[in-house]
Order: sequence, then structure tokens, then C-alpha cells
Amino acid sequence: MVKLAEWQGKVVFRKYGVPLPRGEVARSPAEAESLVRSGKVPLPCVVKAQVLAGGRGKGGAVRFANSPEEVREAASAILGLEFKGEKVRELLLEEKLPIGRELYVAMTLDRAQRLPILITSAQGGVEIESVPDAQIDRQPIDPFPGLTGYEKRRAAKVLGLSGGQARSLERVLDSLWNAFQREDAELVEINPLAIVGDALTALDAKVIIEDDAAFRHPEYAEVRDDRTELEEIAREKEIAFVQLDGNIGVIANGAGLTMATLDVLTEFGGRPGVFLDLGGTDDPKKVTEAFLLMARAKPSAVFLNIFGGITRCDTVAKGLVEAMGQVPPAERFPLVARIRGNNEAEGIEILRAAGVTAVPDLRSSAQAAVEAARGRP
Amino acid sequence: MSVLVDRDTRVVVQGITGHQGTVHTRQMRQFGTQVVAGVTPGKSGGEVEGVPVFDTVRDAVEKTQANTTCVFVPAPYAKDAVLEAVDAGIRLCVVVTEHVPFHDMLVMYPYARSKGARIIGPNCPGIGAPAKSKVGIIPNVVFQPGRIGVISRSGTLTYEIVNGIKEVGLGQSTCIGLGGDPVVGTTFVDALPLFESDPETDALVLVGEIGGTAEEDAADHIRHHFSKPVVAYIAGRSAPPGKRMGHAGAIITRGKGTAQTKVAALEAAGARVARFPYEIPGLIAEAARGARR
Repeated sequence: MVKLAEWQGKVVFRKYGVPLPRGEVARSPAEAESLVRSGKVPLPCVVKAQVLAGGRGKGGAVRFANSPEEVREAASAILGLEFKGEKVRELLLEEKLPIGRELYVAMTLDRAQRLPILITSAQGGVEIESVPDAQIDRQPIDPFPGLTGYEKRRAAKVLGLSGGQARSLERVLDSLWNAFQREDAELVEINPLAIVGDALTALDAKVIIEDDAAFRHPEYAEVRDDRTELEEIAREKEIAFVQLDGNIGVIANGAGLTMATLDVLTEFGGRPGVFLDLGGTDDPKKVTEAFLLMARAKPSAVFLNIFGGITRCDTVAKGLVEAMGQVPPAERFPLVARIRGNNEAEGIEILRAAGVTAVPDLRSSAQAAVEAARGRP
Repeated sequence: MSVLVDRDTRVVVQGITGHQGTVHTRQMRQFGTQVVAGVTPGKSGGEVEGVPVFDTVRDAVEKTQANTTCVFVPAPYAKDAVLEAVDAGIRLCVVVTEHVPFHDMLVMYPYARSKGARIIGPNCPGIGAPAKSKVGIIPNVVFQPGRIGVISRSGTLTYEIVNGIKEVGLGQSTCIGLGGDPVVGTTFVDALPLFESDPETDALVLVGEIGGTAEEDAADHIRHHFSKPVVAYIAGRSAPPGKRMGHAGAIITRGKGTAQTKVAALEAAGARVARFPYEIPGLIAEAARGARR
């Protein structure tokens, strides 16, 4: 998924007409100060770290400033921060508005109902997870015919809005609905949506774009996210690759089989490190690429679990032996393979000849992998 | 009578001229499936694996009376392919294509339903009834005719488990891989009644995964409406809390969606829950003996 930083989310919101405070992005204290001195951002203002993690207010990553000097000071303090493991590189400076109540509004997917859903709460400005169920309203939206007038009026009523404020909310909801659909969003969230006089303003923006829709949105290709370097390489090669805390590398084909493999290793006291899902590939070149990627993650041992349905086990084994030859001797690690299915006997023979522990049984091979990793860094 | 497919199933393969389409057309024919047509726009008049290729699904249906589609077209065109099939009168759409945007499924699913058509998938291995018909990519070697039904959100893990059922001397009535995407055309709850009313199914294996609430919903359905023995397995018990869909997603699934909640719900509904895939064959053999008594 592509998670947008607040300022990027607000670029999306502006495009669809969600009312926002006046604001600018700064990447240095000097730039922050000059934005205020030139009047591009009016005082008093708020200086906010542009990180993806929540809880910025409590974590000192949001500060208020009344003068150019204070802006500079706040900017240098926040730019030095490492917030929940993320280095702060960008700031959003925004005018400080005289706000009334704070609301919560979001649209996302309800998987169970197979419908988009509008989520609202009068308890905005706090983490929505901490709001009791009874104070959260859920309104499914049918894509045919889309967000309707009565749904918007109902949302206004639930949030206790009337008159100009209600009409402002209806416009915000139309904008959000268009953004959710046209940007292929998994989530569009405004928390808080603040009441400022007779209108509403989005003080924060959280937008997540669906990865699978990337072909419709080349504009998000450059957006940074929380993938590691190796995860990024894997993405380019279309291999599912996730880095965990443990030391046993896992290669399997298919997400379900990969997860089941992690379950079995964990049961026997192993700590899965990197896991790598080959998917439904029957391409030995991809096996080689995956193995070399795994080698770069420096696992203590690697457990390969392949069920050859259409994939042939001997083909996978050949790809694996080929890849092992390309890893420098100093960087080699024990490899245990569980090979089952099409041409299983041939696959096992090829691997054993190359010095790999290879068996068809999942339980004993998982135990062997845990044993192989024990005592190694 | 099997579930959803049988000897009368006449398959059109959309995207038949691609690598996957060609390979699996051959595999399906070897299984015994009646693959009667292929569709690739601009390639009409040709043949793939002896199957005539048409430009449109409508042409294919008119000429071959196809009633089921197997979709291999790339993700950007999958929505259009399914809408085309539904409009041509196809009533079962098996979508193998992966990475279909869920926003597209939010259109395909209600549209198909409004026309009385069913989608299986996307991102799914398809459906197979041994000795009858297979639509999709489940390997032929794992099947054996029998009386165990299988429904699963996984791919390869399904093959492994179906194969395990064969290895303890049992066979399958129908196996359906539903796909693990956020929005699927057929859920556990949609599939359960089909197996309940299938006289050829004695017991059911349900393979779930962490994420979403499909297994909890299935448990609720089983408790009230499903009378046959169920053996379940949930993959991902040890997986760390994943990269979730942000705050709003967490609110929808509040208190649900973990392996623990799924296992607890299924056990409370009377299902036997295997802790590991290799426990399933033994449990289902036991359940099947009980069911026949």
C-alpha cells in the first residue's frame, strides 16, 4: 500500500475540494522561517512533522509558534527528531485556526459487506481506536448509485451539525467520496475535521492508495513508504518479501503455505526472519533470484518449503543449486528443504547431491531447519 | 451432483493466448473439463490446444454454448473481461488473475450478482470436482474422487491439503479456492450452503487465513445452518501483526480478524481446528467416519 504523508494527502484533498488551512511544506528551519516572514503562512501557526506514524501531538512532533523566531526554533527541534523509528525530513507549516468541536470522518472498505463504508464520530481529534463503539457511526455506501443525499444528511445529524455546518459537511463528504473512488484509495480519513465558524476544515489528512491500482496512478510511484531496501528490490522483481525479527529465512510458494510454514517453525522454537513468497512461479530463474535476495538478508539458516503442483520440484531444485553456487563461500548458510509434489524424488536427489538436507515431510524438515539455525548468529 | 461445476460445464478461457491461459487450458482438458472456447480480442479464427479462439465472449457463447468462464487476462483488463462475460450470459466466472484492484471488484461483484452470475476469486486457484470438471489452476495430481468438500482462501496451501486428503485414502467431492483478496465474489458464507445441500459431500475442510472476518462469519453460519462435520485450519497464527489498513480498518474488524478469534469462533461452532496443515487429513478421516455412521 502507498501511505501518503499528511501534506501529500492534503494535495489530494485540495484537488477534490476539501477545505484546508493555509499551509506550506518546509525542509529546513531557514525555509520554515522564511515561509512565515514572507506571509505565505500566517502567524500564529502550527509546525508538524511529516511522518506516517500517529500520535504526533503527544510525541512532541507538533508545536505551535507565534513568531518567526519560534517557528525556526520549533522547526529545528522537530527536524532533528526520530519519531517512532522514522527520521523527520519534512515539516508542514499551517495557520492556526480558532477551532470549535473536532469530528472524525473516514471512508474505507468494509470487506465483509463488500461495500465502501463511511465512518463518522463526534469524538474527533483523538485516536479513533480509543473511541467507544457506541460513539462511532458506520454507514455502508453502495457504489451504485454512490453517496446519496440522505446518507449525507444522516451523517450531519449523527455529528450534531445543522445549517451552514451541515451543508459544509455534505460538501466535504462528496469530496471524500470522489477522492476515495478516483484515487483508488484504501482509506481517506480526516481526523480531526474541525468546526471553524460556520464551516468545516480538515486539520489532518490520512490517505492510503491501493497498490494493485498502481497501473492507474503513475503519480504515486515516487512516494516513499515503509519498505526496507531489500523489500523494495523484491517488489521490483515481483517477489513477496517481508523482513521479520528472527534468523531463519523462509522461502515458500504461495501466501497461505508461507504462513503455515512460519507457524510450524515457530511451534518448534524457531524464529522466522525473512519470508519470501515465490507465488505460483514455475520459473527457475525466479527461484535463483529469490535465493540470492535471501542471501543478502544474511539468515542463520534457510528453510525452503515447496509444494509442486504445477511447479516441478526438480526444476525448483535446479534453480536452487544454481543460486547456491553464486553465493560466496564466506556468506553461505545451512539450507533445509522440504520438497513435495510433482517430480519430488528427482528434486530431492538433486538437492541431496548438492549437500542440502531435503525431505518430503514438513514436520521433520522444519525441526531440522530450527536445529540448523541454533547457535548461529 | 457436485458443487457449481459438473460434466455439463462448458468453459470459455478469457486470455487463452497468454502463457498461463495456454498452459492451464491444456491442464483443464487433461483433467476432463470441456474447454469449448477461448477469447482474446483481435485473435479470432485461431486455435489454442485445439480450442477455437474468438474476439468476444458473446461470439464464443453463440458458437459454443459456453456457460462458464476462466479469466486469465491481466489485472488492468479483468473488470472489463468479467463484465463482458456476465453480459454474454455466462453465469460462473472464475477469476484467476491476481492484483485486481478492489475498487474494480466493488463494481464487478454487485454487477454480476444483479444478473444472477457468480464470481469466484479474483486471485484464486479456482474450482475442481474430480472426474467431472475443473475450472482454474489447481494441479490435477492432487485430486481423487471422494466425499470431502474443501473451501479455502489460500492457493498452494490448498493443493497441499487437498493432496493430504488423497494420501489418507479419501477423495474430494468439490474443492473451491476462493482467493484471499479483500473483496472476493464468493466467501465461505456464500459457499457453505452449496456444500450443505450437496448429497455427495459428507464432511468439509475449511482453510482460512488471518485478516478480515470471513472465518468468524463462516463460524457463525456453521453454528446455525451447517450440519456436516467441519475441520478447519487457520494459517498465520505466528505472523506478526501485519501492515494493516490503518485506523479505520481496525475499527471495522474491532476484536476480530486474528488467528485466535478465528480459531475460537470455529471451535465454538463445533468445528475441529487443526493446528498444523499435516493434522488435517487425520482429523477429516475421523470426521468422515463419524458422518457416515
